[in-house]
Amino acid sequence: MNKKLKFRFSRKALAYPYMAFLILFVVVPLVMILINAFITDGNKIGFDNFVEFFSDAGGGLTVLGNSLIIGFVTTLLCLVIGYPVAYFLAKYHASNNVLVLMFILPMWVNFLIRTLSTKTIFLAMDLELGMGTVLFGMVYNYLPYMILPLHTTLVSIDKRLIEASEDLGASKGTVLVKTIFPLSLPGVVSGITMTFIPAISTFAISEILSVSKIYLFGDAINMHFSKATNSFGVGSVMSLVMLVLVIVSNLFTSLNEEEVRSVL
Amino acid sequence: MKQTKFGRILADGYLGLVLALLYLPIALIIIFSFSGNSNFRFDDGFTLQSYLSIFNSGAQTEMLLSAIKNTFVLAISASVISTIIGTFATIGIYCLNTKLRKVTLVVNQLPMINSEIVMAVSLMLFFAAFSQVFPSSWARLIISHVAFCTPYVVLSILPRLQKMDPNMYEAALDLGSNPFSAMIKVVLPYITPGVMSGFAMAFTLSLDDFIITQFNKGDTGIETLSTYIYEDARVKSLEPFWFAVFSIFFVVVFTLLLLVNIRKNSKKEA
Repeated sequence: MNKKLKFRFSRKALAYPYMAFLILFVVVPLVMILINAFITDGNKIGFDNFVEFFSDAGGGLTVLGNSLIIGFVTTLLCLVIGYPVAYFLAKYHASNNVLVLMFILPMWVNFLIRTLSTKTIFLAMDLELGMGTVLFGMVYNYLPYMILPLHTTLVSIDKRLIEASEDLGASKGTVLVKTIFPLSLPGVVSGITMTFIPAISTFAISEILSVSKIYLFGDAINMHFSKATNSFGVGSVMSLVMLVLVIVSNLFTSLNEEEVRSVL
Repeated sequence: MKQTKFGRILADGYLGLVLALLYLPIALIIIFSFSGNSNFRFDDGFTLQSYLSIFNSGAQTEMLLSAIKNTFVLAISASVISTIIGTFATIGIYCLNTKLRKVTLVVNQLPMINSEIVMAVSLMLFFAAFSQVFPSSWARLIISHVAFCTPYVVLSILPRLQKMDPNMYEAALDLGSNPFSAMIKVVLPYITPGVMSGFAMAFTLSLDDFIITQFNKGDTGIETLSTYIYEDARVKSLEPFWFAVFSIFFVVVFTLLLLVNIRKNSKKEA
């Protein structure tokens, strides 16, 4: 019983500092959003911020609606443009890694640099900045994020399954619709998540490409936290709404995320 | 047979078109960075004026250089710290019991799946509430960057660790090594590739970040490259100065990535 207490090195203990770090700098900050959402202008506690947002008094709900529409259109365009890219790459250039890389490369250049470059070109072309230019900028920015997961799943499809359906008499179109597309669904879902959420919550792209005419949800959140507006309460409510959207969309993601990220 | 060939030509045409669209803005900026103007015309012929303006634009030059310096100081500190924290944390997480491990990994996922702006806002509110504890903007920036980079480090090491034969660690113990040196001499060398790719990922993520930095840089004027670009170039159209800076960026980023990937491919084949 009188054994001297000896320090015993346990590998498990290595996780504890990081767990403390996660709680302090990831969980607690998220709780801070929740708390701030209930703090009203007069430093009282109540539902005023929620009422203000959901009654659309400041137009926040309208912005959310518009963002969801623009996010949806952006995602759809990325899918329609990106799927054939990923499909042709997997079909004809499966071994050409450099070509695949060419489609992913732009995403490593800071998005502000790319967005400002496109804006300058639009201005030089005398195009009016507005919905069209914003949509172009969004698709331009998020297309690689759609192509990458699509390509990952399409390349990993077992070729024998495609041959089998051909042997069983399926036409080329049928093979595509009934064999390849269903097998690529995890990539489609993953691509949609990687495009949709950033598309509605980003700020700066729409601001730059529409000279602040078009506000997306991210721009609106940013505005509420700026010095001039200083309405942290409503901004927090909007951040909570965004968080709920993130969680809901991630429930749909079935593809193992590590798999996609390992290619990055 | 002929039909397949035709299909392939169509497919390549489509791929070429999308590539052209992706690279057109970039190519135009690079080409006209040699015009000395920002009107996309070679009024003054071919000139290096834009590139010279990087060095003789007074305050703008100073701001740019300090922004580049800040960006790298932040990215290096954040990625080194996240790699150290992440490496030890992953070994610990691997040894946790299943339930605790699952919970930790779910929380670890939060910064990855979360929308950047929500994470930025949450940290900003946190630092505002505890401003006495975190008075320095540098500390805030480094902490926020470590918070969003470390999860990627953990997830790039964990698969490697799971592949490792646990008997190797046991064997080291049986051969008389104490647990600590067994970890340093056996486990650590084995997971080194994961550690390196985790570090590379943390470094690039931090380098590229805009939203989280923008919300947490405070009033002390720490501008990184992205926040400085946003402050300076968002309202006006791009000046020739920025044409040159962006062109250098495109070329540096693309060359580095192509080199890295070509090396990776040749290694695979070897």
